Amino acid sequence: MKNAHLHFRQPLKTTPFHPRTAAANRLNAWAPWAGYTTALNFGDDSMEYTAIRNQAGLYDLSPMVKYDITGPDAVRFLNRLTLRNVAKLQPGHVHYTAWCDDAGKLIDDGTLFHLMSGRYRLCCQERHLPWLRDSAIGFNVNVSDVSEDIAALSLQGPCAYAVLARAGFDGAKMLKPFQLADYRFGTSGKVMISRTGFTADLGYELWTSPANALDLWDHLMTAGALNGLRPIGTTALNMARIEAGFMIANMDFISATTALRPDRTRSPFDMGLDWMIDFEKGPFNGRAALKRERDTGHTPWAFVGLDIDGNVEAEHALVYDNRKHEVGHITAALWSPTTKRNIALSMLRRPYHAEKSNNLWVEIYAPRELEYHKLMVRAAVVPRQFFNPPRRRATPPGLF
Amino acid sequence: MPSSDAIVIGGGINGLAAAGRLAQAGANVTLLESAPATGGMAALAQLCTGIDARIEKAFALAAHGLDWVEQNVSTTALSASGEHLVLKGPFAETVDGSLSAENHASWAALRTTLLRNAALLAPFRQMPPPRLAREHGMPLWEALRHGLAIRRMGRDNLREFMRLMLINVADVLDDELTDDRLKGVLAFDTVLGHHAGPRSPNSLLGLYHRISGQVAGRQAALALPRGGMAAITTALHKAVAAAGVTIRCNSAATRISADAERVQSVTLASGEVLTTGLVVSALHPASTLLTLVGAPQFDTGVVRRVRNIRSRGTTARLNLTLSEVPDFRGAGHRSRLVIAPSISAVERAFNAVKYGAFSPETVMEILLPHAFAPDPESGAPTLSALVQFAPHDLRMGWAKGKPAYLKAIMDQLERYAPGIGKQVTAVEVMTPHDIAERHGAPGGQWHHAELSVEQMLFLRPAIGLAQYATPLHGLYLASAAMHPGGGVNGSAGWNAAGAALAKAGAS
Repeated sequence: MKNAHLHFRQPLKTTPFHPRTAAANRLNAWAPWAGYTTALNFGDDSMEYTAIRNQAGLYDLSPMVKYDITGPDAVRFLNRLTLRNVAKLQPGHVHYTAWCDDAGKLIDDGTLFHLMSGRYRLCCQERHLPWLRDSAIGFNVNVSDVSEDIAALSLQGPCAYAVLARAGFDGAKMLKPFQLADYRFGTSGKVMISRTGFTADLGYELWTSPANALDLWDHLMTAGALNGLRPIGTTALNMARIEAGFMIANMDFISATTALRPDRTRSPFDMGLDWMIDFEKGPFNGRAALKRERDTGHTPWAFVGLDIDGNVEAEHALVYDNRKHEVGHITAALWSPTTKRNIALSMLRRPYHAEKSNNLWVEIYAPRELEYHKLMVRAAVVPRQFFNPPRRRATPPGLF
Repeated sequence: MPSSDAIVIGGGINGLAAAGRLAQAGANVTLLESAPATGGMAALAQLCTGIDARIEKAFALAAHGLDWVEQNVSTTALSASGEHLVLKGPFAETVDGSLSAENHASWAALRTTLLRNAALLAPFRQMPPPRLAREHGMPLWEALRHGLAIRRMGRDNLREFMRLMLINVADVLDDELTDDRLKGVLAFDTVLGHHAGPRSPNSLLGLYHRISGQVAGRQAALALPRGGMAAITTALHKAVAAAGVTIRCNSAATRISADAERVQSVTLASGEVLTTGLVVSALHPASTLLTLVGAPQFDTGVVRRVRNIRSRGTTARLNLTLSEVPDFRGAGHRSRLVIAPSISAVERAFNAVKYGAFSPETVMEILLPHAFAPDPESGAPTLSALVQFAPHDLRMGWAKGKPAYLKAIMDQLERYAPGIGKQVTAVEVMTPHDIAERHGAPGGQWHHAELSVEQMLFLRPAIGLAQYATPLHGLYLASAAMHPGGGVNGSAGWNAAGAALAKAGAS
């Protein structure tokens, strides 16, 4: 757009893949994500979900917020910003991490890529440039928002590697989970492929320049035709991520930067991310508060998986102890087609996640033709990873 | 084996007070001052509005040479036409000159109200700032006790107290008085040293801050020490040295080192490393936390808040050497001479700094030191002045702007003292930029952090730092940016040492 001050005339941008996703979107179902219009589903949620679990799905990941971090102090800076020890992240590897405010409350989680070129790339759900820049004061680093400079696709499902192999990226065979490598594409193009994803299935994410976006999409769709590759929308991906037990900022917890009510923020201990924290690596945001939380054991919440009786989805439901005493709520729920269980991600007050979890009930308002039937059904606390097949980790990957 | 139990950085009045209090409690203290002598910014001021009584007592300043030329300096509101008003006694107890009977009466009433309100706020200036969170307890009780005293003043007085609490001084003066000279000088005193005009929101707090101090038991009096304001820090230096503090001048601290949680040592510009478990820094919090320790040591929220401490200096210091005694149209010389002809003149002078310019028609406080105590050595009369308003970052740049600024000042002086321009033999102007360079105070702001309501009490200098302690164990802040902040009184340094001692006593 010519005049920057007229940006409001186009409230949502389109991604580099938009010509293809728009053509494939038979339902014309769109939703905003990080300032972009993105496909909710293309024709049929169930078929798209089924593709993720049985064939392969291609998801437009471009709106993902991406920051590049370079400079001599990059490791020190990232160690101060995030919870994990970045010194241990080798080039060509990715790790899942999170970062907190001064009070030790989560701002967001995301994946940190140690690129082959030596630079780091942080991918996350929300925008954090001011926080990153202010955190960089005193460090010799450069933090830049590269969200618009990179077109990204997520290729997920048991046939994901088969599609890559047919597309000529058979070098990706040696990639273990959380590894990445660069590959040539076309005459002069380049694609970075990382073995990462949001589905708990075999899967890869492909990162390239916006100029190569449409060629890459066409190339993969052609190569994957015989594997049943199809575009998938956010609805199907979200089903897969609930089965995977992954959390999303501002859906499963409120980011400390957006929370208005003081009791809404969540610490890594609340969210079960305390395994990330390296207290020995030196100062990092929230260290004093998190150390205090660790030492006092004052963690009020636990983010857990629930296995709920019946087959009515428990979206937005409250969780009770002994049918009466409210002890938590459900942040995401699904009747899981693959595991054939009624599953949910839930925020429970401790100790109802463990010692006192034997009498939990979920209050579901089940819609029955414009009337709601109130159901009170039993629930059991289970590990959040509802679906975790060996094919996800197998290296070399299966050629289905 | 640490080099010292405690290291105090900065030899201004707050650093000296902190070092002295720690030494009196039995600590082995080293004080580091980067300049060749201690004293800091105290000498920038011209008159004393009251030293913290606890410091005067604890260090027996009189016994260490502090003497007063005059403990009740009058103020002359200069008029360009020679119709001056002379304000005598603390806070213009009486006014000589052509002032109407109505103004005399209403000023007497307003003065009583302002002094009473300021006196009620005075105890808050000594205690550490109250804490609001319940688990922190104590000083809140003390605050409530002082609050009760305010409540007991009676319904009407309380209502008036609350009405005036956050008001601007221009509204108050315009409500009660009609004489521009009187209103001008009161407006000037309110904003002296502040980044505010008389019509800025809650500017009256600046006046309360100024008139809540005491000199020799007299509230709001102005006093001139023998030898100038530096005599206060000179006496304190002697007292503190006598208490056992090792004072090292020409010793700039360049780095405070720490492990993940605790202070370890201080490195000097010479490369020397002093190990210690306690550092009390009287430098600006941004200099201490972000420069000496380094931002990476602190959580991002702390870094943000410290960087956002507002420290905009607006006051320049002028020193003139003259060939003869200037004539301010007959004004008495043994008085503080103020050029501030009206509220609007002060407000207009402030307008300029908002836009990175200096005031074309500047307002100022002038002192003719020879009139109080002739200097037998030099003999030449001198004039010193605090001149408002000038920004730290002049848009045209100070290299080019300084001559223009000096001309604007001299033009203004010429209006009140015709012929003074020809009498000048030497000139020195210190702009806020110069003050920042010489004293390391960001923005050249006297009070380190501006004294405005959003940077007072538990918000001073920023949320989470008001209790003098920092997130780094063993590091305390004693700067004028800390509560109660500003002025040559030493309270912040005294309180900071108190906070460090309380922590040491508790553990």
